Amino acid sequence: MNPIWGLAWRRLRADFVAMAALAVVAGFIVLAALSGLGLVAADWEQEVALSHAPPSLLAGTAAAPAPAPAQAAALPANEFDPLADDIAALRAALRPGGRLADADVQGEGGARKTSLPFGADKWGHDILRKTVKGAQTSVVVGLAAAVLAVALGTMCGALSGYYGGWLDDAFNWFYSVFTAIPAILMILAVAAVLQQKGVATIVLILGLTGWTGPYRLMRAEYLKHKARDYVLAAQAIGASDWRRMAHHIFPNVSHVALVQLAILAVGFIKAEVILSFLGFGVPVGDVSWGSMLNEAQQELLLGKWWQLAAASGAMLLLVTALSLLTDAMRDALDPKARP
Amino acid sequence: MNAGMAAYIVRRLWQMAPTMLGVVLLVFVLFNWVGGDPAYILAGKMADADAIANIRRQLGVDQPYYIQLGIFLRQVATFDFGNSWATGEAVSALIASRLGPSLTVLLPLTILETLLGIALALAVARVRGSLTDRAVMLVCTAAMSVSILVYIMVFQYGLAYRLGLFPVQGWGDSLAENVLRYAALPVLIGLAVSVAPTLRLYRSFILEEVRQDYVRTARAKGLPERRVLWVHVLRNAAIPILTHVMAGLPALLIGAFLLERFFGIPGIGREVILAVERSDFPVIKAVTVCVAAATMVFNLLADLLYQALDPRVRLQAPA
Repeated sequence: MNPIWGLAWRRLRADFVAMAALAVVAGFIVLAALSGLGLVAADWEQEVALSHAPPSLLAGTAAAPAPAPAQAAALPANEFDPLADDIAALRAALRPGGRLADADVQGEGGARKTSLPFGADKWGHDILRKTVKGAQTSVVVGLAAAVLAVALGTMCGALSGYYGGWLDDAFNWFYSVFTAIPAILMILAVAAVLQQKGVATIVLILGLTGWTGPYRLMRAEYLKHKARDYVLAAQAIGASDWRRMAHHIFPNVSHVALVQLAILAVGFIKAEVILSFLGFGVPVGDVSWGSMLNEAQQELLLGKWWQLAAASGAMLLLVTALSLLTDAMRDALDPKARP
Repeated sequence: MNAGMAAYIVRRLWQMAPTMLGVVLLVFVLFNWVGGDPAYILAGKMADADAIANIRRQLGVDQPYYIQLGIFLRQVATFDFGNSWATGEAVSALIASRLGPSLTVLLPLTILETLLGIALALAVARVRGSLTDRAVMLVCTAAMSVSILVYIMVFQYGLAYRLGLFPVQGWGDSLAENVLRYAALPVLIGLAVSVAPTLRLYRSFILEEVRQDYVRTARAKGLPERRVLWVHVLRNAAIPILTHVMAGLPALLIGAFLLERFFGIPGIGREVILAVERSDFPVIKAVTVCVAAATMVFNLLADLLYQALDPRVRLQAPA
C-alpha cells in the first residue's frame, strides 16, 4: 500500500471538521444501505397520518374507531343522483370547523396520527421515512454515477496519456466535443432521448456525461508518470504495458481519482435533485429529494412548509459534509496545494 | 490588430471545425439513432399504424440514416433547423425570439455577480487565514449545498407571494419594465445562488496573486494594505476573473433554465425544458449545436481578452 494514504489519514484525523464531515457522510451511506436492504423506511408508502399532518414531537393519534354514521347503511334515496347520499354522509361527517370526524380518520391500517415528528405529505405518508428513502436515491445515484464517470475518465485518460499518438488525438477530440456542450444541456439532451425513467437511467446519464473532468486530470498524471524512473525500471524487468499502467502507475495517481470521485458525487447529487424535480429523474412511486421538492412547491402555497424543510435540510447536511470532506481530502492528499 | 493575431484567429477558427463536426455527429447519434423514433410518443396512445407511418414521413425519420445526416448537416450550415415538432414554429426564429428575455436576466446578473464577487473576495482575502476567513468559507460551502430549487421556492414564496415586493411571475413587452420589474427577483435569486461559488473562486485567484513578488515590493514601499489589494492585486487578479466570466457566458444561457421556468420568463432555458418534456427534438438539437458553437467562440474571445489584458501571454494555437 502506498504510504501516501497513511500520511493523508493522519492529517485528516487531526482535522476536526473533516472527521465530523466523514461521520455525517458515513452515516448517510449506512442509512442508504439499510434503506436499500428494506430494514429502514420500507413502509414509507403506508398512510400513517392525516393528510398534511403537521410536525410535532408529541405525536397525537386520532380517537378510537367510532360507529359508522347511520345514513351510510341506508338505501339510496335519490335514484337520479346515486352519489347524493354519499355526499350527504361525507358532509355529516365533517365537523363545523371543516375537520374530518374521527370516523373518517381511520385508514386501512388502523388509526391515523394527527401529527408526526416531521409531519406528513398530501397522502399521509411519513415525511421522515420519505426523507430517508430520498437519501437512499441521492447516495446511490451520487456514488454510482461518480464511480462510473471516474472509471470511464481514468480508463480513457490512462490510455490517452500512456500511449499518446492517434489514441490520444482521438480521445482529445471526444473531450473537446463533450466540453463544448454545457454539462446541464448535455444531461437534458440525453434525458430527452432516453425515455425510460429510473435510478439506473439517471446513473447512466450522469456517468456518461461527467467523464471529462477525471479524463483531463488522469491523462496529465499518466503523461507525467510514464517517463519516471520507477516505470522505466518496471519496463526493464519486463512488465507489460497493462501491468505498468494498472499496477505501477495507478496506485501513485489514485488519490487524484478519489478526490474527483468526491467532487463529482457532490455535483451529481445536486443534478439528480433537479432532474427528479423536473420529472426527468426517478419514476412515479420512487422518492427523491427532488420529487419531494416538487410536491413541496404546491404545499408551500398552502403554508405546509415541512416537506420542503425536511428535503432541503437533509440535502444541506449531506452535501455540505461531502463538500467539506472533499476539501479536507484534497488538502490531506496534496499538501503542496494547501492555500 | 496585427498580422500575427489575424493568423492566430484564423488558425483557431480552423481548429474548431473538427470539434464542431463532432458536436453535430454526437447530436445526430443521440437524437436520430438512439432517440430514433418519437412518432409513437407524438401520435398519442390510440395511434394506428397508418397515423404513425404518416407522422414518421412528416418528420423524415423514415429516411435512411445517411439522408437524415445530410439533411441535418445542411440545417446546421444554413442555420435553418426546420420546424418545431410541437408548435410548428420555425426553430431558428424561435431561438432568436427567446434570446432577448434570457439576456435581459443574464446580463444584469453577470455584471452584478462579478462586481459583488470581486468586492467580497477582496474583503475576505484581506483577512486570509483568520477565523473569519474560515467561517466565511464554511458558510459558502453550506450555501452551495442548498439546491437552487430551494432558493427559488423560498424567495419566490417569501418576497413575491407573501410580502408582494415583486411580481410572482410574468413578462412584459418593454425592456425597462422587464429589467426593473420582472427580472429583479430572478436576478436577486441568481446572485444569492452564485455569490458563494464566485466568492470562493475569486478568492483563490486573488490569493494566487498575493504570493507574487510585486505584492511584497508594494508593501515594502510602505503602501497601505488597502491600496495593495484594490489596485495592485486587483488589476492582476482581474485577468483570470474576466476571462472566466467571458468563457462562462454561453453555459449561463442554459444555466438559468430553472429561474426562467419558475418566473415564466420566455427564454432559451425554459424552451429547452419544454422541448425535453414534449420530445421536441429539433429544438433541442438546434439549441445544443448553437450553444456549442457559442461556447467555442467565447473560449476564443476569452483567450484574446487574456492576451489583451496581459501582454506577457503569447498567443499560440496548439499544433
